[in-house]
Amino acid sequence: MKALIKEFEGVLGKDNVFQDETDRMTYSYDAAVLDPALPSLVLRPTSSEALGKVVGLCNEYGLPLTVRGAGTNLSGGTIPKAGGVVVLTNALNRIIEINEEDLYAVVEPGVVTAKFAAAVEAKGLFYPPDPGSQAVSTLGGNVAENAGGLRGLRYGVTRDYVMALEFFDVNGEVVKTGARTVKCVTGYNLGGLLVGSEGTLGVFDKITLKLIPMPPARKAMMAIFDDINKASETVAAIIAHRIVPVTLEFMDNFTIRAVEDFSHAGLPVDAAALLLIEVDGHPVQVEEDAEKVESLCRQMGAMSIRVAQDAAERDKVWEARRAALSALSRVKPTTVLEDATVPRSKIPVMIRAIEEIAKEFNLTIGTFGHAGDGNLHPTILTDRRNHEEWERVEKAIDAIFDRALALGGTLSGEHGIGMAKSRFLEKETSRATILYSRRIKAALDPKNILNPGKIIGE
Amino acid sequence: MSDMKHLAILIKDLEDQLVVCMRCGMCQAVCPVFAETGREADVARGKLALLDGLVQEMFKDPKGVNDRLMRCLLCGSCSANCPSGVKVLDIFIKARAILTGYMGLHPLKKAIFRGMLVRPEFFNSLMEWGSKLQGIFVKPVDDLLGTSCGRFFSPLGDRHIKALAPVAFHQMVEPMNSRPGASGLKVGFFVGCVIDKVFPGIGEAVLRTMDHHGVGVFLPEDFACCGIPALSSGDTVAFNKLVRYNLQRFTAQPFDFLITACATCTSTIKKLWPLMAQDLDAETQEQVAAMASKTMDVSQFLVDKLGIRQVETQGDEKKVNLTYHDPCHLKKSLGVAAQPRTLLQANPGYRLVEMLEADRCCGMGGSFNLQHYDISAAIGKRKRENIEQSGCEVVATSCPACMLQITDMLSQAGDRIQVKHAIEIYAESLARK
Ligand SMILES: Cc1cc2nc3c(=O)[nH]c(=O)nc-3n(C[C@H](O)[C@H](O)[C@H](O)COP(=O)(O)OP(=O)(O)OC[C@H]3O[C@@H](n4cnc5c(N)ncnc54)[C@H](O)[C@@H]3O)c2cc1C
Ligand code: SF4
Ligand code: SF4
Repeated sequence: MKALIKEFEGVLGKDNVFQDETDRMTYSYDAAVLDPALPSLVLRPTSSEALGKVVGLCNEYGLPLTVRGAGTNLSGGTIPKAGGVVVLTNALNRIIEINEEDLYAVVEPGVVTAKFAAAVEAKGLFYPPDPGSQAVSTLGGNVAENAGGLRGLRYGVTRDYVMALEFFDVNGEVVKTGARTVKCVTGYNLGGLLVGSEGTLGVFDKITLKLIPMPPARKAMMAIFDDINKASETVAAIIAHRIVPVTLEFMDNFTIRAVEDFSHAGLPVDAAALLLIEVDGHPVQVEEDAEKVESLCRQMGAMSIRVAQDAAERDKVWEARRAALSALSRVKPTTVLEDATVPRSKIPVMIRAIEEIAKEFNLTIGTFGHAGDGNLHPTILTDRRNHEEWERVEKAIDAIFDRALALGGTLSGEHGIGMAKSRFLEKETSRATILYSRRIKAALDPKNILNPGKIIGE
Repeated sequence: MSDMKHLAILIKDLEDQLVVCMRCGMCQAVCPVFAETGREADVARGKLALLDGLVQEMFKDPKGVNDRLMRCLLCGSCSANCPSGVKVLDIFIKARAILTGYMGLHPLKKAIFRGMLVRPEFFNSLMEWGSKLQGIFVKPVDDLLGTSCGRFFSPLGDRHIKALAPVAFHQMVEPMNSRPGASGLKVGFFVGCVIDKVFPGIGEAVLRTMDHHGVGVFLPEDFACCGIPALSSGDTVAFNKLVRYNLQRFTAQPFDFLITACATCTSTIKKLWPLMAQDLDAETQEQVAAMASKTMDVSQFLVDKLGIRQVETQGDEKKVNLTYHDPCHLKKSLGVAAQPRTLLQANPGYRLVEMLEADRCCGMGGSFNLQHYDISAAIGKRKRENIEQSGCEVVATSCPACMLQITDMLSQAGDRIQVKHAIEIYAESLARK
């Protein structure tokens, strides 16, 4: 180990090799509610070359390697294998190019999502994926988790913006896939495999992202319902009428009350559910869509509708949504944010299922989320120190997965599998799927050093 | 607070506050120290995780954790932005006290203390004789004025820092106790060390303003430090002594409000005195609560209580461009940001131009600046750039500690921009009248 540390210090400089146990402890966790694991070393490369060398060295010495961006993933993807190495990308944070002619940008993996979005916006362009963590999350982490956000319904998720990738294979060699062109059929679609791979198949170095023109107009509104079913049927009706809002968000009564307690935004606390809707595009189109959405909401039985008249009112609508997680997480010490996703039409059934599960296991669950995507965030509020309750929480999580799968849904819409959900993967897919994936992994990473144990288990 | 009983009580408290952090990592977006170093141990989430580790695993490396805890400006940006509402500063202050106390313990006592934590059933019986140990670890505090502030002022090195004033404020003015004038109000004036020793002109501006508005002033003899330098280095013994001392001074005469021109003093008296008073006797606690509720920043007093408004100015007369820096201890800690701006705009000689990131920490952080000058200076440079780019000739703020840092940064960069306190700007307009 000593010789190895010397070698790492040679590549990275002494300051970028953290050996002290106290420092290492701060890289033993992420935002998932899971037990921490202590790495034996933490490395912070400041250049592409150094990153590649580090990967190669880890493979040579058979050291498990976990890449860490901002450590905000909710599935344990950056909890290292005990004794392994954590590699930080936050010193690789340059925006290499924003190309306004061909509408793409090239970035290093440690660029913070919101900073990138702002730089792009400053040029009148738009990078839509906006995970709730964007103020800190890294683009490398977004690509590795295929992160979504509030605009997924109309604009898709991170995957839809990855045009090309340069990544290090396990030997530290550069692999290139994709191009800066709109079309590209050169070679296997490795990008398709690598996006969402949670650091198990390669380490991203340079990421080329698609940009689009900024939509000139937008309009937001809040529809209030006295019945959850009416709200979820409205979601289906809007889509059926061929309107694709940018954002179509849902909040249940528990969440509404928590947000109101927290931010006193004037939300209707006795409403059964809220829909927060935004349409964008050309001004005329926006007006038309907004009117259509409004009248659909009324037809479907909304008690009232508040249309934002200006930017300030629009901000208010979204403030309420942004406050949802904050407000819920203040109710109890531990917050378990789930991510089960079902086909849109099954949202009413799923919401009812979650209510039943909350009753069955006697737990507090607030539900909000991306109703337009069928991606709900049932949020279990608990105290991890209460062991008896924690057991019920674990059972409830299993039950939520089972119900989502039974409805033709999926374990995770956007938070990834990591360690938290890997044991459920077979339930959704098949034994053969796991084996197929493990064969790919074994071929690309024979010593199993790239984020071992994540997604497909070990 | 160096005895075991108190340490144990503090730790129990801490545990309940620590679980509130959900490790979401959102504090990475706002922590000025993390922005410079990119090290998780420097951001609130990392520090909280370390404390949690200590509490769970019982002191593996208290010194290492304490070293990292000290790499913090106590600026409160993290708690102001925390979705979960973690009381980060309360936790850090208490943790510093615990760790400093713990490290001061004799090895044998350390062992007992550790046992006390792992086996809570012993806790109560230990509490009893724990109190008998009180006094053993108490360091003598000879000079109330010297000890605490000494930490703040001693190793100034060769920085471009404002020298100590040749004549301190307390040497310039007599203790006073004047009656309310036209305003019908009377204030206690809490001067604070930095104003007393470095910027006595601010103290004068306060007195001049109060006199102008017919406000009575009580300024006791031998006023002392608010205690923050002691508390932030974990010395609760000295801190508690200072709190008692100050209470004794300021309960001697009646007044309506206790005003300060130092954001750090205001926030310490309003927030940290009550936080730490939990261990004091009931009577002192009551006094602390009463004092805290009467305390306010001078601009808050002038605007909210005396009704001072900005003056509408005519035409484009010659005005000096002025920008304002929000001290963390005023805006993030107490939510006071509008009043100092109103005060500045009450002087028609200036035009207020906002700088970018006006409420971003200047990097001072009291003793942080001394212990981690490189990081502090890097944070300060960004503040300096924002000030410079605002195109101002004068930068005003409401905390003399920020003034020290900003002066250092501007002068190192060779900028010809004056640094003033908001009350000085306001007082200038009175002189003109
Ligand atoms: C408050 C909050 C709100 C959130 N909201 C959303 C949301 O709305 N939508 C959503 O999708 N997610 C959300 N998330 C989850 C999380 O923020 C996202 O998964 C995000 O993409 C993670 O980015 P990161 O930089 O923190 O990555 P990390 O957590 O650091 O890493 C995530 C994974 O990516 C891998 N990785 C990182 N960098 C690289 C690289 N260069 N090469 C290869 N692998 C790499 C890691 O090994 C790990 O497996 C939220 C999280 C929080 C705490
Ligand atoms: S301190 Fe607050 S913002 Fe930081 S990780 Fe904890 S909960 Fe999140
Ligand atoms: S108080 Fe300021 S410096 Fe300290 S952790 Fe919080 S944001 Fe960072």
